[in-house]
Amino acid sequence: MPKHTFQLNGETVTVDVEDDVRILWVLRDVLGVTGPKYGCGINVCKACTSHINGKAFNPCAVPVGAIGPGDEITTIEGLADTAPGDGLHPMQDAWLEHDVAQCGYCQPGQIMTAVALVNRVRAENRAITEDDLDSIRNVCRCGTYSRIREAIRTGAARM
Amino acid sequence: MPHDQTTDPPATGLSRRSFVGYVMGGTGLVVAADLALGAAPAQAAGLPIPSVPQVPELYDLNDFLTHCTMPTSGLIAIHVDEQGDAHFALPRMEVGQGITTSTAMIIAEELDLPVERVHVTLAPARRELLFNQLTGGSNTTISTYTPIRVAAAVARKALLDAAAIQLGALVTTLSVKGGVIFDLLGNSLSYGDAAALAAPAQTKQVQVELKAAAERNVVGTPQRRVDALDAVTGRKKFAMDLTEVDVPDALPTMVCRAPDLNGRPVSVRNQAAVAAMPGVTHVAIIPTGVAVRARTFGQCIDAVRALDVEWKGGTVAGRSSADILEELRSAQLPLAVPRLGATTVEGDFVFHFRSGSALEPNCAVADVRDGTATVWGGLKSPIDAQSKVAKALGLPQAKVTVNVVQGGGSFGRKLFSDAAIEAAQASQAFGAPVKLMWHRADEPRQGRVHPMATSRVRATVLLGSVISFEQRHTSVSTDFTHGLGERLTAEVAALPTGLGNLGFSETVFLLSQELPYNFGVVTQLLNESDRDFDRFNTSSVRNIYSPDVRTANELIVDQLAAKLKLDPVAFRLKHLKSGIVKNVLRRAAELGEWGRQMPAGTAQGIAIHKEYKGATAVLVEIDCRRQTVDRRVRDAVTGPRVTKATVVVDCGLAINPLGVQAQMMGGFSDGMAQALTYSNHLVDGHFLEASWDNSAYTRQWNTPFEFRCEVVDSDREEPGGIGEAGVAASMAAVACAYARATGSMPTEFPINFHDPLHFEPKSFVPSVPASPTNGLDFVS
Repeated sequence: MPKHTFQLNGETVTVDVEDDVRILWVLRDVLGVTGPKYGCGINVCKACTSHINGKAFNPCAVPVGAIGPGDEITTIEGLADTAPGDGLHPMQDAWLEHDVAQCGYCQPGQIMTAVALVNRVRAENRAITEDDLDSIRNVCRCGTYSRIREAIRTGAARM
Repeated sequence: MPHDQTTDPPATGLSRRSFVGYVMGGTGLVVAADLALGAAPAQAAGLPIPSVPQVPELYDLNDFLTHCTMPTSGLIAIHVDEQGDAHFALPRMEVGQGITTSTAMIIAEELDLPVERVHVTLAPARRELLFNQLTGGSNTTISTYTPIRVAAAVARKALLDAAAIQLGALVTTLSVKGGVIFDLLGNSLSYGDAAALAAPAQTKQVQVELKAAAERNVVGTPQRRVDALDAVTGRKKFAMDLTEVDVPDALPTMVCRAPDLNGRPVSVRNQAAVAAMPGVTHVAIIPTGVAVRARTFGQCIDAVRALDVEWKGGTVAGRSSADILEELRSAQLPLAVPRLGATTVEGDFVFHFRSGSALEPNCAVADVRDGTATVWGGLKSPIDAQSKVAKALGLPQAKVTVNVVQGGGSFGRKLFSDAAIEAAQASQAFGAPVKLMWHRADEPRQGRVHPMATSRVRATVLLGSVISFEQRHTSVSTDFTHGLGERLTAEVAALPTGLGNLGFSETVFLLSQELPYNFGVVTQLLNESDRDFDRFNTSSVRNIYSPDVRTANELIVDQLAAKLKLDPVAFRLKHLKSGIVKNVLRRAAELGEWGRQMPAGTAQGIAIHKEYKGATAVLVEIDCRRQTVDRRVRDAVTGPRVTKATVVVDCGLAINPLGVQAQMMGGFSDGMAQALTYSNHLVDGHFLEASWDNSAYTRQWNTPFEFRCEVVDSDREEPGGIGEAGVAASMAAVACAYARATGSMPTEFPINFHDPLHFEPKSFVPSVPASPTNGLDFVS
């Protein structure tokens, strides 16, 4: 079976798995990294949202053979380490402050999407708009959408 | 006696705050209370049912659920460990509704311990609890509030008694702060040290007094969820997050399902070829499809797609939504009052199927071997799951262990154990442990749905008064065979006179539906075709009948107000019976600035609902202007936009106001989706929707820019139910606002049901879509 090496949450990992297995399953079923959740498997619910090289992506839609040793994947488990200090990432703190989570199933993906959105908007040198928030595709079946909007604004102010 | 004003004293003869509990013998402090304690629903036996008021005013579904818990004398126990922390295994299921947090608060309050030192876990199936381990009907806090308080108070008393001896002080002179006991001289003993001294050799019964309302400092204050940190760091574990350490060798398993709804497998034509695919370990027919076990779920998906299966036809082969509508119309019970020209206001409403699925798909872990079975899953009826798994495997119930894991949402879905049964069957067939998960495509297509229904309403106005209001609700059957049905069977004799002869559905309908207005002669009847369980997979989706029933009601209420030339709020206030409903309505109107000037094409809408021993009022503003309806968001179902929502709720004693607000927001998201966008289309024997890009549940692009929820101070001392209380009034308010903005009353829900499909239906064979490979094209 082919070996695949990539960076995961700051560490180099090597897995023995077929090229076409999507990264979500490599993370969850092979490596036991279960923060990214399955919600659709076809890149529409966004529950598995993680980062690749600092940008949001959905590992359910990327075969492990498509990435290489230089690619850095960050899951919710590694997010805090991407921010300065020993604590949580400011977006995670904002999530706690607004008590966003209900069942919590979608929230790792929501937070990873939020961080990437703030970074993207910041790179464009502008503030977050209602349209930016409207463009978030992550499903929350508990319906926490309004708190997510508030938390993103709070988190953005501290990032 | 109206249940929302006072509560009967417990039948024990003790005062309302005085209860009996137990300090268990042995080592370590374990205290217990009867789970049926304090369950004092409205008196059931021998109560005459007057023609007016309606049944739920006297004895509602929650009284019934609470009543069911009374004869089951299972004990619940709190353990105080050597660190002085309290541990409690809640015989209910956490699915996001916040009961682990509120239960920790209730224990912390009575025990004078910080909330973070109370550890609430979920109890496995306990058969001795009989009916008293079902999470549904928003009944958890209503039914467990008193017993849990009593157990905590017993623990506090045992700790203080032990400390009094150790410190040589009178119990009455001791005080507790943060889990440390102090005497008047400043000597102290921690709960941990006291716990070691507190356990008697033999179990003894003790009498305790509960805290008075004025002494509370945890209950009623906003508390964040106890599992929030785990949720935002990815550490919170759901069933599919159990790893090799938890259940060794439980490999991913998925099921290939029929193209038709409830089609069943006959044979597999290429079993050997699929079994030889990469990663695949097992392939076997189970009753609901063909199960595949592999190293990864991705390889299960590939194998499911490769399977060549001969299927038996489904249970609604060739049928479509229009056919079911025709059936419902012909099953409609007649209205009693004839149409009387200009004095009649009426409406004929249609509510389409909608998926009840949560974001976490149906899933369970199972290990069946050597004549025993162990199951792990998010199960709201674990005792029922235990019984059904045992039956499916041909094992005695005592050989089946059911462990309850926190669930990723439920909305009624997890009352059923569909995935646990399949997982057990697959594990038995393979002779190996499995981690079975439904593909998302299976959820709307083969999973449980809210039944399609029609609602016929006719009201009569004479001389400026509403003299009759009739409603005939006709529905595809709701499946209650998840343990609640057993309760009904067992408890039917205890029901108020006249209810005993009704079927399950009619009983739930009668116990939950209340039209809270003085409208003269009021009749509300349900008719369900009784063989539908075999055809459709339904469940009591969040708030069961109420969202549809109340939407039909409130739209007609607005029509009546218009006919009598009264403002919708003024009309409601004039006709509402209940003070608490009037109160939330007034407050919502005030907070939401009812009656403010709105541009053409936009409007406010308001609605109320009374259930779960509380009341909810929702005021929304909707924008139906062309430029808004046609706004473009990539691959989005947009349409009318609710721009602002105000929810006011009186839920009795709010244990955790922050949790109440969260439930109202969630209930609003559900209600709005059901009014505007969210449904299942039955076409030619199967549902077309197969994923979140098809099922238009509320998304950010539908979310109001402003959402506000106020939890009013209640004059009632007992908690009501909150998990479902926000749905009905939200759906109704959105529908009423839409009617006012467009000038035409919607009669079919969701309102976009007949719009051209916004998606290309995914294949039925294979039953699941291919996993995409282009994810890196969308990196953002």
